[in-house]
Amino acid sequence: MILEVQNGCFGYPKQPVILENINLRLEEGHILAILGPNGIGKTTLLKCMIGLLPWHRGKTLLYGKDIHTLKPKDVWSTISYIPQSRGFAFSYTGLEMVLLGRSAHLGTFQQPGKEEIEMAEAMMERVGITRLANKDCNRMSGGELQMVLIARALINEPKLIILDEPETGLDFHNQVLVLNMVERLAHESGISAIMNTHYPTNAMSVADEALMLNRKGEFFYGPAAEILNEENISYSFDVQVLVDELHYQGRSVRSIVPVALREETAV
Amino acid sequence: MKDTIWIKKGRFTPLAVVLMFSLPLMTALICLCFGRMNVPVGEVLSALRVALTGGSTSNVQNYSIVINLRLPRILMAIIVGAGLSCAGNTYQSLFSNPLATPDILGVTSGTCVGAILAIILSCSILETQLIALVFGLISVCFTLKIAGKSDGRSMVYLVLAGTIASSLFNALGSLLKYTADPQDKLPEITYWLMGSFTSASYQKILIGCPLILAGIIIIYLLRWRLNILSLSDDEARASGINIKQTRMLFIVASTLVTASAVSMCGQVGWIGLLIPHASRMLVGSNNRYVVPLSLSLGASFMILIDTLSRSISIIELPLSILTAIIGAPAFISLLNKTRSNLQ
Repeated sequence: MILEVQNGCFGYPKQPVILENINLRLEEGHILAILGPNGIGKTTLLKCMIGLLPWHRGKTLLYGKDIHTLKPKDVWSTISYIPQSRGFAFSYTGLEMVLLGRSAHLGTFQQPGKEEIEMAEAMMERVGITRLANKDCNRMSGGELQMVLIARALINEPKLIILDEPETGLDFHNQVLVLNMVERLAHESGISAIMNTHYPTNAMSVADEALMLNRKGEFFYGPAAEILNEENISYSFDVQVLVDELHYQGRSVRSIVPVALREETAV
Repeated sequence: MKDTIWIKKGRFTPLAVVLMFSLPLMTALICLCFGRMNVPVGEVLSALRVALTGGSTSNVQNYSIVINLRLPRILMAIIVGAGLSCAGNTYQSLFSNPLATPDILGVTSGTCVGAILAIILSCSILETQLIALVFGLISVCFTLKIAGKSDGRSMVYLVLAGTIASSLFNALGSLLKYTADPQDKLPEITYWLMGSFTSASYQKILIGCPLILAGIIIIYLLRWRLNILSLSDDEARASGINIKQTRMLFIVASTLVTASAVSMCGQVGWIGLLIPHASRMLVGSNNRYVVPLSLSLGASFMILIDTLSRSISIIELPLSILTAIIGAPAFISLLNKTRSNLQ
């Protein structure tokens, strides 16, 4: 077990508590998907989980140790965090951006040298973005930038990657590209992942576990295939959904389609 | 940054290194020759040799002009130009804001209040410099105090606190100016505020130089971390470096540089904005390259401005006027050439 949250509670100052009694455990090589309506606190949950925001009550354990008692350097050479990508004030090139991911391993006055540059180039090749090495990050498409950020996360050689809506705003091709990457990393290289997503279908296709928040302050948590059913999703999102099962190359793909708003009376 | 004549395989090319060192040196040498009285290069070199090795000089007048009048100004211009460019770039990265200048935390206004006070009290040039320096440092402590210990969102608070401190110190400065004797003190204050190297002396350099050098060295050694700090707050924290401590170190270093520079020569606007942008247009945004290049370009530009200020007309022109008049068109043409580096 790599990460465990015990009784996590959080609310922003002078605002109602938004996360209550969150309990979850993440095994090595597993993917956890976090779902929920807009503004419910998905990003907040991610940040609390990795110590960027302090839990009011409860704690996060990284390899069994309270994350706030660990040295930041140790935490961040184990975890890589990819926030929702926005523009950068200064446009670094793809290679420079990937190199920034190595910082947790460098000494105070150390700068990335030849070795790190070679690592970054190898990582970019592995992720399939060698062509982006000299491109300005601010001129990249959403898909290109997301892959650069994944390379930046990987050069850290983490055990756990946190992705905040990695596939939002991407076209189908890039969504599949990013999701396949996350899945391969987890299930082949053993790098666990926690990702926020707005798409239950995507969660279903890659995640081992799912945590679905709703407006009543409750959440569903368990194996993705069990949690992400018609009833739970309809309940959490106040929307009527249909779940369809399709078959592709001997694999069954479950697709979740929203069809109508649910009446408030159902609450 | 892709391979260019400046950078190959993640390092400066030897040519770039030679250029970066020779540019300020050549500019200095050329500018030592020019002025109200032109001195031939040979004379300048022999004067420098005599000054370094001792011995007697054949031309006392030229020796005096070069070593006692022009050299201290040029040395001061090198230090101030390099320092302010470096501080400007540091603040720009620190606040993820390409428009930040060295006075963003109120250092300049504080330093000016100190200088005005010293001039009103008829202090000597050196006392003025020291009092100004102390006030500059106090003003940043004041800014940090108002901003408080709100980590996380503190960068926005810090900029706001800087603006508050700036306007407060500006008001104090105006109040002091209002009470100053309009016959002799007020013109002196006004002239000081516009910036000048007229009073340059080796003694002045000795007082201001160590702090500027210390600041520059800190920033130079930690320059790669500026890249990390320029990312979003969460990304910076998730990089594993101690961002509170690193930020503070950069703020202290840039403050030392700015306060010392302003206390030596008054306000010199523009250079902290112009030079880092010019550098970025040449080598991209990576601070690993921007910092050294800014130091070189800043020093050269400042020597040039100072030389113009003392030779363009019979009366000496204030620095801040020249930096703006020359800097603004230069900046516009740079912007038009490469818009890509700004978002």
